[in-house]
Amino acid sequence: MRNSPVETGAFFPRDREWHPKAYAPGYKTSVARSPNQALISFGNSISEITGPTFGQAMLGPLDNDLILNFAKAGESAIGERIIVHGRVLDERGRGVPNVLVEFWQANAGGRYRHVKDNYFAPLDPNFGGCGRCISDEDGAYVFRTIKPGPYPWPNGVNDWRPSHIHFSVFGSGFAQRLITQMYFEGDPLIPLCPIVRTINDPVAIAQLVAAQDMANTIPMDTRAFKFDIVLRGRRSTLFENRMEGN
Amino acid sequence: MVQSLGYLKESPSQTAGPYVHIGCVPTFAGIEGVYPADLGKTMVNDNTRGERIAITGRVIDGTGTPLKDAMLEIWQADAAGLYNSPSETRGLADPEFSGWGRQPTDGKSGVYRFETIKPGRVPWPDGRMQAPHVSLWIVARGINIGLNTRMYFGDEEAANAEDPLLNRIELKVRVPTLVAKRDGDTYHFDIVLQCENETVFFDI
Repeated sequence: MRNSPVETGAFFPRDREWHPKAYAPGYKTSVARSPNQALISFGNSISEITGPTFGQAMLGPLDNDLILNFAKAGESAIGERIIVHGRVLDERGRGVPNVLVEFWQANAGGRYRHVKDNYFAPLDPNFGGCGRCISDEDGAYVFRTIKPGPYPWPNGVNDWRPSHIHFSVFGSGFAQRLITQMYFEGDPLIPLCPIVRTINDPVAIAQLVAAQDMANTIPMDTRAFKFDIVLRGRRSTLFENRMEGN
Repeated sequence: MVQSLGYLKESPSQTAGPYVHIGCVPTFAGIEGVYPADLGKTMVNDNTRGERIAITGRVIDGTGTPLKDAMLEIWQADAAGLYNSPSETRGLADPEFSGWGRQPTDGKSGVYRFETIKPGRVPWPDGRMQAPHVSLWIVARGINIGLNTRMYFGDEEAANAEDPLLNRIELKVRVPTLVAKRDGDTYHFDIVLQCENETVFFDI
């Protein structure tokens, strides 16, 4: 990894056509929770280009192992064992180092460990469903978990969420803050899901579908999926700090 | 023909969903023992410099109902107006203050609360000073892409009057939606997602 200078550039504008719109009536909850007024745009100030940082020191040894991090000693979570790995990149294609990646998911039966989830599928006493890691100097991250199950949810009368893992990603600036979801290659529920369909462009949807990665699969043990995450890029500051008339 | 710019596209956002707490504030979801504490819950310690304040309010939907499943994050400068970030090149921020906090809205009342310090002023890109402010990011079930807004301080009338961002909001009637009322050490800041008194949200 090259010795990169401190990032102080403003971010590439967000492509609001690529992202889902706030108001997406197929996802009913968005109707009353979407702003009606236009967003007000402004160029980044120091408040937007800076952001919090987190050190490896805060991580526990099992933070990125959801098979074990809630399990009783000697036991482990039930389900298909998988590794999820990839890189946190920015729109310039550069790895983004030292960013906190948090993830949460349902258990193998499609049930969340949450007071608001009352789906019939049982809780797994050895599965909590949360994990986190910090990207390395190349932007790489990895964690181990079980494949979450799909589950029904009250939206239309027969809507099902495809298997998915939620991701929360920090960058180097607060304006990069992103929450998204990872889906699994080949899941027939993806094109039917009203939350997936808040995204209009099929190419954008494909960006959230992790590929099965047999190269990184551990034989006789754990299957791998590769999922890269792209954050907003930063402009070069080369000419921006050169005041006119100076 | 032309060369490709070669840029990637940002990963599209998806809603944080109703179970965001599991990943971001697990003790709120009833998950204990995975992490020592919820990240961002405590912003201030005895050695943090600055005036102690609380920021509290609700996130209100288009029917007037407070969201009971939202999560907010705030990002702010320290008392001297410096950000605790590698991208801050003007000086070293208070090492006892990260400037970042995270809180869910309460599952019954819908109220959120941050205990922090009042930030100092930071510059606009042209060198003018901004009024003290806190940047907010709001996610929840039904919010497809996190909402960015700012909170300004109601007792900073002179600074607010000359703030470069507040001054570029064309519809002046909307500016008060960004200004919190002070009551003792507490600032009250409701975020209204739509309809009457809709909070100004930013595309940053």
